[in-house]
Amino acid sequence: MAATDVHYVRDEMAPVLPPPAASGGLLGWMRANLFSSLGNTALTLVGVLILWLLFEPLIRFALIDAVWTGANREACLGHHGACWPYVADYFSQFIYGRYPLGERWRVDIVFAAFAFGLVPLLVPSAPLKRANVIFMLVVFPVAAYFLLTGGFGMEIVETANWGGLLVTLVIAVTGIVASLPLGIVLALGRRSQMPVVRLASVVFIEFWRGVPLITVLFMSSVMLPLFLPEGVTFDKLLRALIGVALFASAYMAEVVRGGLQAIPKGQYEGAMALGLRYWQMMGLIIMPQALKMVIPGIVNTFIGLFKDTTLVLIIGLFDLLGQIQSSYTDPTWATPTQSHTGYLFAAAIYWTFCFSMSRYSIFMEKRLHTGHKR
Amino acid sequence: MAVQEHSSADEPPRGSILNDPRVRSVFYQLVVVAIIVILGWEIVSNTMANLKRQEIASGFGFLENTAGFGIIQTLVHYTETSNYGRALLVGLLNTMLVAVIGVAMATIIGFIVGVGRLSSNWIIAKLAYLYVEILRNIPLLLQIFFWYFAVLRAVPSPRNSVTFLDSIFINNRGIYGPKALFGEGSVAIGIALLLAVAGSIVLHVWARKRQEATGQRFRSGLSALGMIIGLPVVAYFASGMPVSVEYPVLRGFNFVGGLQLTPEFVALVLALSIYTASFIAEIVRAGILAVSHGQTEAAGALGLRPGPTLRLVVIPQAMRVIIPPLTSQYLNLTKNSSLAVAIAYPDLVSVGGTVLNQTGQAIEIIGIWMFVYLSLSLITSAFMNWYNQRMALVER
Repeated sequence: MAATDVHYVRDEMAPVLPPPAASGGLLGWMRANLFSSLGNTALTLVGVLILWLLFEPLIRFALIDAVWTGANREACLGHHGACWPYVADYFSQFIYGRYPLGERWRVDIVFAAFAFGLVPLLVPSAPLKRANVIFMLVVFPVAAYFLLTGGFGMEIVETANWGGLLVTLVIAVTGIVASLPLGIVLALGRRSQMPVVRLASVVFIEFWRGVPLITVLFMSSVMLPLFLPEGVTFDKLLRALIGVALFASAYMAEVVRGGLQAIPKGQYEGAMALGLRYWQMMGLIIMPQALKMVIPGIVNTFIGLFKDTTLVLIIGLFDLLGQIQSSYTDPTWATPTQSHTGYLFAAAIYWTFCFSMSRYSIFMEKRLHTGHKR
Repeated sequence: MAVQEHSSADEPPRGSILNDPRVRSVFYQLVVVAIIVILGWEIVSNTMANLKRQEIASGFGFLENTAGFGIIQTLVHYTETSNYGRALLVGLLNTMLVAVIGVAMATIIGFIVGVGRLSSNWIIAKLAYLYVEILRNIPLLLQIFFWYFAVLRAVPSPRNSVTFLDSIFINNRGIYGPKALFGEGSVAIGIALLLAVAGSIVLHVWARKRQEATGQRFRSGLSALGMIIGLPVVAYFASGMPVSVEYPVLRGFNFVGGLQLTPEFVALVLALSIYTASFIAEIVRAGILAVSHGQTEAAGALGLRPGPTLRLVVIPQAMRVIIPPLTSQYLNLTKNSSLAVAIAYPDLVSVGGTVLNQTGQAIEIIGIWMFVYLSLSLITSAFMNWYNQRMALVER
């Protein structure tokens, strides 16, 4: 067996060499992703140029050239950067509007209770979901209503004095909370076997989806008072809320309908075979599955509604953007950079809210769509 | 056998009429109709009473009355002595102008950004990602305000205009540029253009038929381009060069002549198209990703180069996914153009609001708004259904 001593094949592994310098590490990554060809290099350069042109002025305006302290417009005059002391001075007005100073703790409690109820609702693994939902849909709205408007020994605060982020959140949250049950009923109506119910739902949904929100708001502020019997009046905020809720419910109905259509027929038939009645079938079998499936769609509707709340400033309500817009008339802070600063601040707030919601929607989408990925 | 008889459709399985699904269904529908009728009656009678009390005459007769207010941008002839109906027509045309230009710009930006998000170039992909994530999460109204108050109202006065090539002037009164004046005989150019377009269509149809019949290709694109550019140019010289260019001139405090765009119009179009483009970009990206990778590989295996693969295989299939949500974005843009009222661009809602304030005809004006927007959305959804039926996959 002398032949075994002769090795034609290597019997030990060759040492692992590092990859060529040009294909690994940062350099290799840049070569592959930024400079792989002549055209790609040109694109990279154009991209860098655009990035520089866009973000250099923004950073310069918001941070480098910005004014950070001051008592009035004198501090910001002559500077080309953002006038942050103006935002600091107006900050509480941007949040509360003209809500009485001594009563603002009530708004704070509402904000805190909202966060307290919302955070565990958003975490899928948090316990006590049912109690949580009841808290958010029943306890919280009632408590918030009395806290914000007054009563039970608390000073009455007219809604005309509400403003800023408070109004934005009130409209958006009421809109979504009111539109959810209405949307579910409309979606069920649209899929109903009864022609009259189906027709009524289709007409309602398509009407609200076909018109712009502005005309709906005009309608609720100008036309709604005409529809009511003499002597009955709603305040401005409530009228806007009714308009927004009806508008949002049509969009919500279409989202829910999407979920209903995705439920396999076997689920309906199984429920019927068990002898469940219509509402039992919907409430116990179909809706829990359908609603879970459309959580991303509901969040997206909410994002749209949150952005659309800005339109109420056109009918004379002061939401966050309206409050900022109205602060420009104050001569104390009137400088050329005031409006830029205000819009930047508003954009940052709206963006933070919407972006985190859209991240959450993507997170839920990934969680709900297990096993369908390629 | 008795069991089968009981379960047949003709005879309800239970004796009580209350448990018959058909009876119940009729009953429920009657309840719904009753609720709608009572609600409608209540609303109509309240409205009549309120109108009578406020002494507002209902009906569309007010459209004949003199408007008495000026409009900063009119596409058809309009003066302060024109009537309300004319004013609303001007508003409608302005809405359509913004919608058409906005849709065109949003589509172009949206497709560029959407394809950019799929770019293999890291920085381009990230740039497109930033565009989408920043712009679609900021309310449109805020963007309109930004463009109008912070950008276009903040540029210098007419005397210190920002100037490009001595012909385009940007100042706080608007954007001014050269305008083509069509003199006598320009009709020939228009006819030539129409002929060229018609000719190209005929050529294209013929080339396609021939390719399907014989397999021989004829590149109709270049000849069509030649026709569309060439024929009008020939007509231009043949008819004695009737087109002249008018430049805006600074006279007194403002520019006169040339093409003038109001800052309201520019701000609205910019904000609408940039905002909507962020949604279109996502639609385009999703559409391209929806075409399975096997299609591209199969096209490659058949020997198609990347260009034709994109043009003949990927895009036609992606369009099937892209078009329906794209149409609804177009509709959204049209509806969102009603935000013009916030910066007083005279669109349908803005002009209507002025008329409403002057006449108090709330129901009629809001009725007109709803009618216009509803018809637009119904037309769009009709188109969408037609397109879906046409494009739906034909399967065995």
